[in-house]
Amino acid sequence: MNKLSVNGLNVWFGKQRDRVNAVKGATFDVAQGESFGLVGESGSGKSTILRAITGLAPNWSGKVELDGRAIGKVRPKSFFKTVQMVFQDPYASLHPRHSVDQVLGETLHLHGFRDIDARVVKLLDDVGLGQKFRFRYPHQLSGGQRQRVAIARALAPEPELLLLDEPTSALDVSVQAEILNLLADLRRDRDLTYVMVSHDLSVVGHMCDRLAVMKDGHIVEILDVDALRSMKASHPYSKQLLEASLG
Amino acid sequence: MMAETQTLREWLLTETPTSRRHAKISAVYQGWLSFRSNTMAMIGLAILVLLVFVAAAAPLLSPHDPFVQDLGNRLLPLGTGGHILGTDSLGRDILSRLIYGARITLYIVALVALIAPIAGLLVGTVSGYVGGWTDTVLMRVTDIFLAFPRLVLALAFVAALGAGIENAVLAISLTAWPPYARIARAETLTIRSSDFISAIQLQGAGPLRIITGHIWPLCISSLIVRVTLDMAGIILAAAGLGFLGLGAQPPSPEWGAMISEGRRFILDHWWVATMPGLAIFTVSLAFNLLGDGLRDVLDPKAGE
Repeated sequence: MNKLSVNGLNVWFGKQRDRVNAVKGATFDVAQGESFGLVGESGSGKSTILRAITGLAPNWSGKVELDGRAIGKVRPKSFFKTVQMVFQDPYASLHPRHSVDQVLGETLHLHGFRDIDARVVKLLDDVGLGQKFRFRYPHQLSGGQRQRVAIARALAPEPELLLLDEPTSALDVSVQAEILNLLADLRRDRDLTYVMVSHDLSVVGHMCDRLAVMKDGHIVEILDVDALRSMKASHPYSKQLLEASLG
Repeated sequence: MMAETQTLREWLLTETPTSRRHAKISAVYQGWLSFRSNTMAMIGLAILVLLVFVAAAAPLLSPHDPFVQDLGNRLLPLGTGGHILGTDSLGRDILSRLIYGARITLYIVALVALIAPIAGLLVGTVSGYVGGWTDTVLMRVTDIFLAFPRLVLALAFVAALGAGIENAVLAISLTAWPPYARIARAETLTIRSSDFISAIQLQGAGPLRIITGHIWPLCISSLIVRVTLDMAGIILAAAGLGFLGLGAQPPSPEWGAMISEGRRFILDHWWVATMPGLAIFTVSLAFNLLGDGLRDVLDPKAGE
């Protein structure tokens, strides 16, 4: 069964003459437990798809189904217990005046958990941060540590579907690998479904089972990762992208 | 335990706080350290601490009763007959009146500082976060208040409500909030589109929680700075109302009213108007210096 099914999704910004159509008729399915990649150049609308699914981009039309049930314009609280998102820039996604403890504690509180202290400790262990990070503020953390906190926050409500918006593009290469391994381990341990946006084909090749190639708001091709590895793309743009990634 | 070998300073400056309270104290201490390195701001703070002390200990510090008139000893120059700063037109000791006047000044400052920025913060953040019609209506109201010259509007309020220190405070507050609302709104607009607000929205947080818990902490620091910088203007506005006879009423030793009384003798007896003027100048300057120092410590864009 499909965890997430997106059918004919259009997303736009602005009104009338200023209207920009960021995503045009995107259609794809993500199976339970699958890791699905969205690749494309900057501005191709890949992040916008994630924002439309979570409701952060309010202007969209088309059909988005989660576990076979259509998502309406207003998302119920149960939606955020199932779907969570990790943002691209860990320097922007943590409140500068909130300590790690506050960030995780408030998230747990909002999802109605009672045993907040124990859960904060567990979450920090799960993402490979020790207790000594619990009361630090974001400016006392490195980029990789911040992204681990952001991942812990996304895991706090125990979601089933995790939307990853270029989770490693703001990090050093060595830290990138650590975060990707962490994400891969978490998916295995918790049976998570991923939708991962990236412009880095090697990251997607490492993390994903299938991927969609986007250009100018359209999904031009959906291929599986074996086709990617053997360079068997059929659309000319995908071919171009593959060749460019070889350098 | 590490704690036994740590000095207090190390405990305060640690990168790895061990509890919620420890993290808070440590953050405050680091702010204090960076504030302390600003000499001018420390001078401002020292003057204000002194002002608070003088106001609190007024009965002990003042050499004479500020209200007792002695027409035989009117308009004495500085240092005569035990009156260090001389006496005014009714023979009252000017130093004692200045000392008691500090209470009134602090009262005005505290009340305006409580009312105006909080009103501005509420209007600005709600307007900026909610947007749409709410934003339009609230901002047009703000524009209307901004369009009036401050002292004229205050005059109108005092004229309508009656003269007196409480009404002067109310009038000043009513004219002082719109700039705070503007600042708070501008900050909110930049904050609301940031990822950490999106992240908390994705946890299902409502607008009330986001505004009070996530937007306010980031707006407050720039508001505090703005308030301290505005304090000089507020003291002057209160003094101006007092000068025009619309603020504190005689025989209350309000500094502006004292200048107003001394005006009549300014050519022959300069000290009667000058001494309260110097007091207003000193306190205004102190607030300005403090504001500059606080901006360096609190402004999130300047730090890190």
